Amino acid sequence: MASKKKLASTFPNMVIVLTVVALTSALALSLTNISTLKARQMVEVKRTLEALKEVLPEFNNDPSIEKYSVENFAEMEFYPAKKGGQPVGTAIKTYSDKGFSERIWLMVGFDEGNKVHNISVLKQRETPGLGTKIKEPKFRNQFAGKDPASFTLKVKKDGGDVDAITAATISSRAFCDAVSKAYRALSGGKR
Amino acid sequence: MNLLKELHRGLIKENAVFVLLLGMCPTLAVTGSAMNGLGMGLASTAVLLGSNMVISLIKNLIPDKVRIPVFIVIIASFVTIIDLIMAAYTPDLHEELGIFIPLIVVNCVILGRAEAFASKNSFLASLVDGFVMGLGFTFALTLLGSVREILGAGSLFNWKFVSEDATTILLFILQPGAFIALGFLIAFVNKLTKKKIQGGE
Repeated sequence: MASKKKLASTFPNMVIVLTVVALTSALALSLTNISTLKARQMVEVKRTLEALKEVLPEFNNDPSIEKYSVENFAEMEFYPAKKGGQPVGTAIKTYSDKGFSERIWLMVGFDEGNKVHNISVLKQRETPGLGTKIKEPKFRNQFAGKDPASFTLKVKKDGGDVDAITAATISSRAFCDAVSKAYRALSGGKR
Repeated sequence: MNLLKELHRGLIKENAVFVLLLGMCPTLAVTGSAMNGLGMGLASTAVLLGSNMVISLIKNLIPDKVRIPVFIVIIASFVTIIDLIMAAYTPDLHEELGIFIPLIVVNCVILGRAEAFASKNSFLASLVDGFVMGLGFTFALTLLGSVREILGAGSLFNWKFVSEDATTILLFILQPGAFIALGFLIAFVNKLTKKKIQGGE
Protein backbone atom coordinates (compact mmCIF):
# COMPACT_ATOMS: atom_id res chain seq x y z
CA MET A 1 0.00 0.00 0.00
CA ALA A 2 1.76 3.07 -1.27
CA SER A 3 -0.79 5.61 -0.22
CA LYS A 4 -3.61 5.57 2.31
CA LYS A 5 -5.24 8.56 0.67
CA LYS A 6 -8.61 8.14 -0.93
CA LEU A 7 -9.16 8.93 -4.58
CA ALA A 8 -10.48 12.50 -4.77
CA SER A 9 -14.10 13.06 -5.75
CA THR A 10 -13.37 14.75 -9.05
CA PHE A 11 -15.78 14.27 -11.93
CA PRO A 12 -13.51 12.08 -14.11
CA ASN A 13 -12.60 9.91 -11.10
CA MET A 14 -16.23 9.30 -10.23
CA VAL A 15 -17.19 8.46 -13.82
CA ILE A 16 -14.28 6.08 -14.25
CA VAL A 17 -14.81 4.29 -10.92
CA LEU A 18 -18.54 3.85 -11.43
CA THR A 19 -18.02 2.58 -14.98
CA VAL A 20 -15.35 0.10 -13.97
CA VAL A 21 -17.39 -1.18 -11.03
CA ALA A 22 -20.51 -1.56 -13.17
CA LEU A 23 -18.62 -3.35 -15.93
CA THR A 24 -16.92 -5.72 -13.52
CA SER A 25 -20.19 -6.62 -11.85
CA ALA A 26 -21.87 -7.12 -15.24
CA LEU A 27 -19.10 -9.52 -16.18
CA ALA A 28 -19.39 -11.42 -12.89
CA LEU A 29 -23.16 -11.67 -13.29
CA SER A 30 -23.09 -12.92 -16.86
CA LEU A 31 -20.50 -15.55 -15.91
CA THR A 32 -22.68 -16.76 -13.03
CA ASN A 33 -25.75 -16.70 -15.25
CA ILE A 34 -24.09 -18.84 -17.90
CA SER A 35 -22.60 -21.33 -15.46
CA THR A 36 -25.87 -21.91 -13.55
CA LEU A 37 -28.21 -21.80 -16.55
CA LYS A 38 -28.22 -25.51 -17.19
CA ALA A 39 -28.78 -26.45 -13.54
CA ARG A 40 -31.64 -23.96 -13.27
CA GLN A 41 -33.37 -25.35 -16.34
CA MET A 42 -32.91 -28.90 -15.10
CA VAL A 43 -34.75 -28.06 -11.87
CA GLU A 44 -37.99 -27.39 -13.76
CA VAL A 45 -37.60 -30.46 -15.97
CA LYS A 46 -36.80 -32.71 -13.02
CA ARG A 47 -39.77 -31.43 -11.04
CA THR A 48 -42.14 -32.07 -13.94
CA LEU A 49 -40.77 -35.57 -14.43
CA GLU A 50 -41.06 -36.48 -10.75
CA ALA A 51 -44.59 -35.11 -10.63
CA LEU A 52 -45.59 -37.12 -13.71
CA LYS A 53 -44.25 -40.33 -12.18
CA GLU A 54 -46.16 -39.63 -9.00
CA VAL A 55 -49.56 -38.76 -10.47
CA LEU A 56 -49.90 -41.12 -13.44
CA PRO A 57 -50.49 -44.86 -13.57
CA GLU A 58 -47.41 -46.80 -14.67
CA PHE A 59 -46.27 -45.72 -18.14
CA ASN A 60 -43.30 -46.28 -20.43
CA ASN A 61 -43.46 -43.44 -22.92
CA ASP A 62 -42.10 -39.93 -22.33
CA PRO A 63 -45.16 -37.75 -21.66
CA SER A 64 -43.08 -34.58 -21.57
CA ILE A 65 -42.13 -35.04 -25.23
CA GLU A 66 -45.73 -35.68 -26.29
CA LYS A 67 -47.05 -32.77 -24.25
CA TYR A 68 -49.66 -30.58 -25.93
CA SER A 69 -51.92 -27.64 -25.19
CA VAL A 70 -55.47 -26.87 -26.18
CA GLU A 71 -56.79 -23.52 -27.34
CA ASN A 72 -59.48 -23.05 -24.71
CA PHE A 73 -57.13 -24.01 -21.89
CA ALA A 74 -54.03 -22.32 -23.21
CA GLU A 75 -52.19 -22.08 -19.89
CA MET A 76 -52.55 -25.77 -19.07
CA GLU A 77 -50.35 -28.54 -20.34
CA PHE A 78 -51.51 -32.05 -21.20
CA TYR A 79 -49.17 -34.99 -20.71
CA PRO A 80 -50.45 -38.22 -22.31
CA ALA A 81 -49.16 -41.42 -20.66
CA LYS A 82 -48.92 -44.65 -22.61
CA LYS A 83 -47.83 -48.15 -21.83
CA GLY A 84 -46.84 -50.32 -24.77
CA GLY A 85 -48.47 -47.78 -27.08
CA GLN A 86 -51.81 -47.99 -25.27
CA PRO A 87 -53.00 -44.82 -23.50
CA VAL A 88 -53.20 -45.30 -19.73
CA GLY A 89 -53.97 -41.77 -18.58
CA THR A 90 -53.36 -38.06 -18.88
CA ALA A 91 -51.65 -35.68 -16.53
CA ILE A 92 -52.68 -32.03 -16.65
CA LYS A 93 -50.63 -29.15 -15.36
CA THR A 94 -53.22 -26.85 -13.88
CA TYR A 95 -53.37 -23.76 -11.70
CA SER A 96 -55.53 -21.64 -9.47
CA ASP A 97 -55.40 -17.95 -8.65
CA LYS A 98 -57.65 -18.33 -5.62
CA GLY A 99 -54.82 -19.21 -3.24
CA PHE A 100 -53.58 -17.11 -0.37
CA SER A 101 -50.58 -15.75 -2.23
CA GLU A 102 -49.61 -16.12 -5.86
CA ARG A 103 -50.72 -18.76 -8.32
CA ILE A 104 -50.77 -22.40 -7.22
CA TRP A 105 -49.59 -24.95 -9.82
CA LEU A 106 -50.67 -28.58 -9.60
CA MET A 107 -50.09 -31.67 -11.67
CA VAL A 108 -53.27 -33.75 -11.73
CA GLY A 109 -53.14 -37.28 -13.12
CA PHE A 110 -56.26 -38.93 -14.55
CA ASP A 111 -56.59 -42.55 -15.58
CA GLU A 112 -58.42 -43.58 -18.73
CA GLY A 113 -61.73 -43.71 -16.85
CA ASN A 114 -61.28 -39.99 -16.08
CA LYS A 115 -60.81 -40.76 -12.41
CA VAL A 116 -58.18 -38.85 -10.46
CA HIS A 117 -55.14 -41.07 -10.06
CA ASN A 118 -53.00 -38.78 -7.94
CA ILE A 119 -52.14 -35.10 -7.51
CA SER A 120 -48.84 -33.34 -6.94
CA VAL A 121 -48.14 -29.74 -6.00
CA LEU A 122 -45.66 -28.15 -8.43
CA LYS A 123 -45.48 -24.64 -7.09
CA GLN A 124 -47.12 -22.77 -4.23
CA ARG A 125 -46.41 -19.82 -1.96
CA GLU A 126 -49.01 -20.48 0.73
CA THR A 127 -48.43 -19.71 4.40
CA PRO A 128 -45.79 -22.10 5.79
CA GLY A 129 -47.34 -24.49 8.28
CA LEU A 130 -50.89 -23.72 7.17
CA GLY A 131 -51.60 -23.58 3.46
CA THR A 132 -48.45 -25.55 2.68
CA LYS A 133 -50.27 -28.59 4.07
CA ILE A 134 -51.84 -29.01 0.62
CA LYS A 135 -48.53 -30.70 -0.18
CA GLU A 136 -49.03 -33.38 2.46
CA PRO A 137 -50.33 -36.80 1.38
CA LYS A 138 -52.98 -36.69 4.10
CA PHE A 139 -54.80 -33.98 2.18
CA ARG A 140 -53.96 -35.00 -1.38
CA ASN A 141 -54.82 -38.68 -0.94
CA GLN A 142 -58.52 -38.04 -0.46
CA PHE A 143 -58.72 -37.28 -4.20
CA ALA A 144 -57.10 -40.52 -5.35
CA GLY A 145 -59.46 -42.84 -7.20
CA LYS A 146 -62.30 -40.34 -7.14
CA ASP A 147 -64.40 -39.59 -10.21
CA PRO A 148 -65.05 -35.81 -10.29
CA ALA A 149 -68.40 -36.57 -11.99
CA SER A 150 -69.69 -37.90 -8.67
CA PHE A 151 -67.16 -36.46 -6.20
CA THR A 152 -67.90 -32.76 -5.91
CA LEU A 153 -64.63 -30.81 -6.02
CA LYS A 154 -65.51 -28.31 -3.34
CA VAL A 155 -64.71 -28.15 0.36
CA LYS A 156 -67.46 -29.38 2.69
CA LYS A 157 -68.15 -25.82 3.85
CA ASP A 158 -69.17 -24.99 0.27
CA GLY A 159 -71.31 -28.10 -0.08
CA GLY A 160 -68.67 -30.33 -1.66
CA ASP A 161 -66.98 -33.59 -0.69
CA VAL A 162 -63.48 -32.38 0.15
CA ASP A 163 -62.17 -32.26 3.71
CA ALA A 164 -60.52 -28.86 3.98
CA ILE A 165 -57.31 -28.33 5.95
CA THR A 166 -57.97 -26.82 9.36
CA ALA A 167 -57.30 -23.07 9.30
CA ALA A 168 -56.41 -23.20 5.60
CA THR A 169 -59.78 -23.14 3.86
CA ILE A 170 -58.57 -20.67 1.25
CA SER A 171 -55.69 -22.90 0.19
CA SER A 172 -57.98 -25.95 0.18
CA ARG A 173 -60.48 -24.10 -2.01
CA ALA A 174 -57.74 -23.06 -4.42
CA PHE A 175 -56.55 -26.66 -4.61
CA CYS A 176 -60.11 -27.81 -5.47
CA ASP A 177 -60.43 -25.00 -7.99
CA ALA A 178 -57.26 -26.12 -9.77
CA VAL A 179 -58.34 -29.77 -9.81
CA SER A 180 -61.79 -28.99 -11.20
CA LYS A 181 -60.18 -26.78 -13.86
CA ALA A 182 -58.09 -29.78 -14.84
CA TYR A 183 -61.18 -31.98 -14.97
CA ARG A 184 -63.03 -29.47 -17.19
CA ALA A 185 -60.00 -29.27 -19.44
CA LEU A 186 -59.83 -33.07 -19.58
CA SER A 187 -63.46 -33.44 -20.64
CA GLY A 188 -63.27 -30.52 -23.03
CA GLY A 189 -59.80 -30.72 -24.46
CA LYS A 190 -58.47 -34.26 -24.51
CA ARG A 191 -57.23 -35.46 -27.86
CA MET B 1 -7.55 -9.41 17.01
CA ASN B 2 -9.25 -11.86 19.32
CA LEU B 3 -11.56 -14.12 17.36
CA LEU B 4 -13.54 -15.19 20.42
CA LYS B 5 -14.12 -11.61 21.39
CA GLU B 6 -15.21 -10.83 17.84
CA LEU B 7 -17.60 -13.78 17.88
CA HIS B 8 -19.12 -12.55 21.12
CA ARG B 9 -19.49 -9.12 19.53
CA GLY B 10 -21.31 -10.43 16.44
CA LEU B 11 -23.49 -12.96 18.22
CA ILE B 12 -24.47 -11.08 21.35
CA LYS B 13 -23.02 -7.67 22.08
CA GLU B 14 -23.67 -6.09 18.68
CA ASN B 15 -26.09 -8.65 17.30
CA ALA B 16 -27.57 -7.17 14.14
CA VAL B 17 -31.12 -8.19 14.97
CA PHE B 18 -31.39 -8.23 18.76
CA VAL B 19 -29.21 -5.24 19.58
CA LEU B 20 -28.74 -3.07 16.48
CA LEU B 21 -32.27 -3.82 15.23
CA LEU B 22 -31.12 -3.89 11.61
CA GLY B 23 -32.52 -6.01 8.79
CA MET B 24 -36.00 -6.16 10.28
CA CYS B 25 -37.74 -6.85 6.97
CA PRO B 26 -36.33 -10.36 6.33
CA THR B 27 -36.23 -10.98 10.08
CA LEU B 28 -39.97 -10.59 10.39
CA ALA B 29 -41.00 -11.90 7.00
CA VAL B 30 -39.24 -15.20 6.43
CA THR B 31 -38.84 -16.67 9.92
CA GLY B 32 -42.01 -18.77 9.81
CA SER B 33 -39.83 -21.86 10.19
CA ALA B 34 -36.35 -22.60 11.49
CA MET B 35 -35.19 -23.80 8.09
CA ASN B 36 -36.26 -20.57 6.37
CA GLY B 37 -34.54 -18.49 9.03
CA LEU B 38 -31.34 -20.48 8.65
CA GLY B 39 -31.44 -20.30 4.84
CA MET B 40 -32.07 -16.56 4.83
CA GLY B 41 -29.31 -16.03 7.40
CA LEU B 42 -26.76 -18.02 5.41
CA ALA B 43 -27.65 -16.29 2.14
CA SER B 44 -27.24 -12.89 3.80
CA THR B 45 -23.97 -13.99 5.39
CA ALA B 46 -22.57 -15.02 2.01
CA VAL B 47 -23.47 -11.61 0.56
CA LEU B 48 -22.06 -9.81 3.59
CA LEU B 49 -18.78 -11.72 3.39
CA GLY B 50 -18.42 -10.96 -0.32
CA SER B 51 -19.30 -7.29 -0.10
CA ASN B 52 -17.15 -6.68 2.99
CA MET B 53 -14.13 -8.30 1.32
CA VAL B 54 -14.44 -6.45 -1.99
CA ILE B 55 -15.21 -3.10 -0.42
CA SER B 56 -12.30 -3.30 2.02
CA LEU B 57 -9.99 -4.14 -0.88
CA ILE B 58 -10.99 -1.23 -3.09
CA LYS B 59 -11.87 1.28 -0.37
CA ASN B 60 -9.07 3.68 -1.36
CA LEU B 61 -10.16 3.70 -4.99
CA ILE B 62 -13.72 4.79 -4.29
CA PRO B 63 -14.26 8.57 -4.37
CA ASP B 64 -16.26 9.57 -1.31
CA LYS B 65 -19.12 11.19 -3.20
CA VAL B 66 -20.03 8.03 -5.11
CA ARG B 67 -19.32 5.50 -2.38
CA ILE B 68 -22.97 4.58 -1.74
CA PRO B 69 -23.77 3.81 -5.43
CA VAL B 70 -20.57 1.77 -5.65
CA PHE B 71 -21.45 -0.17 -2.48
CA ILE B 72 -24.96 -0.85 -3.77
CA VAL B 73 -23.71 -2.11 -7.14
CA ILE B 74 -21.28 -4.47 -5.41
CA ILE B 75 -23.89 -5.71 -2.93
CA ALA B 76 -26.55 -6.12 -5.64
CA SER B 77 -24.12 -8.15 -7.76
CA PHE B 78 -23.41 -10.53 -4.89
CA VAL B 79 -27.12 -10.86 -4.14
CA THR B 80 -27.90 -11.72 -7.76
CA ILE B 81 -25.08 -14.26 -7.83
CA ILE B 82 -26.40 -15.93 -4.64
CA ASP B 83 -29.93 -15.77 -6.06
CA LEU B 84 -28.87 -17.59 -9.24
CA ILE B 85 -26.84 -20.19 -7.36
CA MET B 86 -29.70 -20.92 -4.97
CA ALA B 87 -32.18 -21.19 -7.85
CA ALA B 88 -29.90 -23.79 -9.41
CA TYR B 89 -28.84 -25.87 -6.42
CA THR B 90 -31.36 -25.31 -3.60
CA PRO B 91 -34.57 -24.75 -5.62
CA ASP B 92 -36.99 -25.58 -2.79
CA LEU B 93 -35.48 -23.14 -0.32
CA HIS B 94 -35.15 -20.58 -3.11
CA GLU B 95 -38.84 -20.85 -3.84
CA GLU B 96 -39.80 -20.61 -0.19
CA LEU B 97 -37.74 -17.45 0.42
CA GLY B 98 -38.96 -15.97 -2.86
CA ILE B 99 -38.76 -12.19 -3.19
CA PHE B 100 -36.76 -11.87 0.04
CA ILE B 101 -33.56 -13.06 -1.60
CA PRO B 102 -33.42 -10.18 -4.13
CA LEU B 103 -34.39 -7.92 -1.23
CA ILE B 104 -31.14 -8.75 0.59
CA VAL B 105 -29.82 -5.81 -1.47
CA VAL B 106 -31.67 -3.38 0.77
CA ASN B 107 -30.85 -5.20 4.00
CA CYS B 108 -29.35 -2.47 6.17
CA VAL B 109 -27.08 -4.95 7.93
CA ILE B 110 -25.05 -5.30 4.74
CA LEU B 111 -24.93 -1.66 3.64
CA GLY B 112 -24.42 -0.74 7.28
CA ARG B 113 -21.32 -2.94 7.62
CA ALA B 114 -19.96 -1.67 4.31
CA GLU B 115 -20.31 1.95 5.37
CA ALA B 116 -19.40 1.60 9.05
CA PHE B 117 -16.71 -1.06 8.88
CA ALA B 118 -15.40 -2.36 5.55
CA SER B 119 -14.78 1.11 4.07
CA LYS B 120 -12.50 1.97 7.01
CA ASN B 121 -10.78 -1.29 7.92
CA SER B 122 -8.33 -3.79 6.50
CA PHE B 123 -9.25 -6.79 4.37
CA LEU B 124 -8.76 -9.31 7.16
CA ALA B 125 -10.67 -7.29 9.75
CA SER B 126 -13.55 -6.85 7.31
CA LEU B 127 -13.58 -10.55 6.53
CA VAL B 128 -13.84 -11.38 10.22
CA ASP B 129 -16.46 -8.67 10.72
CA GLY B 130 -18.57 -10.02 7.85
CA PHE B 131 -18.27 -13.51 9.26
CA VAL B 132 -19.26 -12.69 12.84
CA MET B 133 -22.02 -10.23 11.92
CA GLY B 134 -23.42 -12.72 9.42
CA LEU B 135 -23.25 -15.47 11.99
CA GLY B 136 -25.08 -13.26 14.47
CA PHE B 137 -27.77 -12.51 11.90
CA THR B 138 -28.12 -16.21 11.04
CA PHE B 139 -28.25 -17.12 14.73
CA ALA B 140 -31.00 -14.56 15.39
CA LEU B 141 -33.09 -15.61 12.39
CA THR B 142 -32.76 -19.31 13.15
CA LEU B 143 -33.67 -18.74 16.80
CA LEU B 144 -36.70 -16.66 15.88
CA GLY B 145 -37.73 -19.21 13.23
CA SER B 146 -37.36 -22.05 15.75
CA VAL B 147 -39.48 -20.33 18.38
CA ARG B 148 -42.21 -19.57 15.84
CA GLU B 149 -42.13 -23.04 14.34
CA ILE B 150 -42.22 -24.80 17.73
CA LEU B 151 -45.14 -22.72 19.00
CA GLY B 152 -46.99 -22.32 15.72
CA ALA B 153 -46.56 -25.66 13.99
CA GLY B 154 -45.38 -28.01 16.73
CA SER B 155 -42.26 -28.90 14.81
CA LEU B 156 -38.59 -27.98 14.50
CA PHE B 157 -36.66 -28.09 11.21
CA ASN B 158 -39.73 -29.87 9.77
CA TRP B 159 -39.48 -32.58 12.43
CA LYS B 160 -42.93 -32.80 13.97
CA PHE B 161 -43.11 -33.63 17.66
CA VAL B 162 -46.84 -33.28 18.24
CA SER B 163 -49.53 -35.45 16.70
CA GLU B 164 -50.90 -34.60 13.27
CA ASP B 165 -54.20 -33.30 14.66
CA ALA B 166 -52.84 -31.39 17.64
CA THR B 167 -53.86 -27.76 17.96
CA THR B 168 -50.92 -25.38 17.77
CA ILE B 169 -50.74 -21.62 18.26
CA LEU B 170 -51.21 -20.68 14.61
CA LEU B 171 -50.74 -17.01 15.41
CA PHE B 172 -47.01 -17.56 15.72
CA ILE B 173 -46.68 -18.72 12.13
CA LEU B 174 -48.60 -15.70 10.91
CA GLN B 175 -47.17 -12.19 10.77
CA PRO B 176 -48.28 -10.95 14.23
CA GLY B 177 -46.42 -13.90 15.74
CA ALA B 178 -43.19 -12.57 14.26
CA PHE B 179 -43.53 -9.28 16.12
CA ILE B 180 -44.53 -10.95 19.38
CA ALA B 181 -41.75 -13.53 19.29
CA LEU B 182 -39.14 -10.94 18.29
CA GLY B 183 -40.25 -8.63 21.09
CA PHE B 184 -39.87 -11.35 23.69
CA LEU B 185 -36.51 -12.46 22.31
CA ILE B 186 -35.13 -8.90 22.40
CA ALA B 187 -36.36 -8.49 25.96
CA PHE B 188 -34.70 -11.77 26.88
CA VAL B 189 -31.38 -10.82 25.28
CA ASN B 190 -31.48 -7.45 27.01
CA LYS B 191 -32.13 -9.13 30.35
CA LEU B 192 -29.10 -11.36 29.78
CA THR B 193 -26.67 -8.72 28.62
CA LYS B 194 -27.59 -5.35 30.05
CA LYS B 195 -27.08 -4.36 33.64
CA LYS B 196 -29.94 -2.66 35.36
CA ILE B 197 -29.92 1.07 34.77
CA GLN B 198 -29.28 2.76 38.08
CA GLY B 199 -32.05 5.01 39.31
CA GLY B 200 -34.58 3.60 36.86
CA GLU B 201 -33.95 6.09 34.09
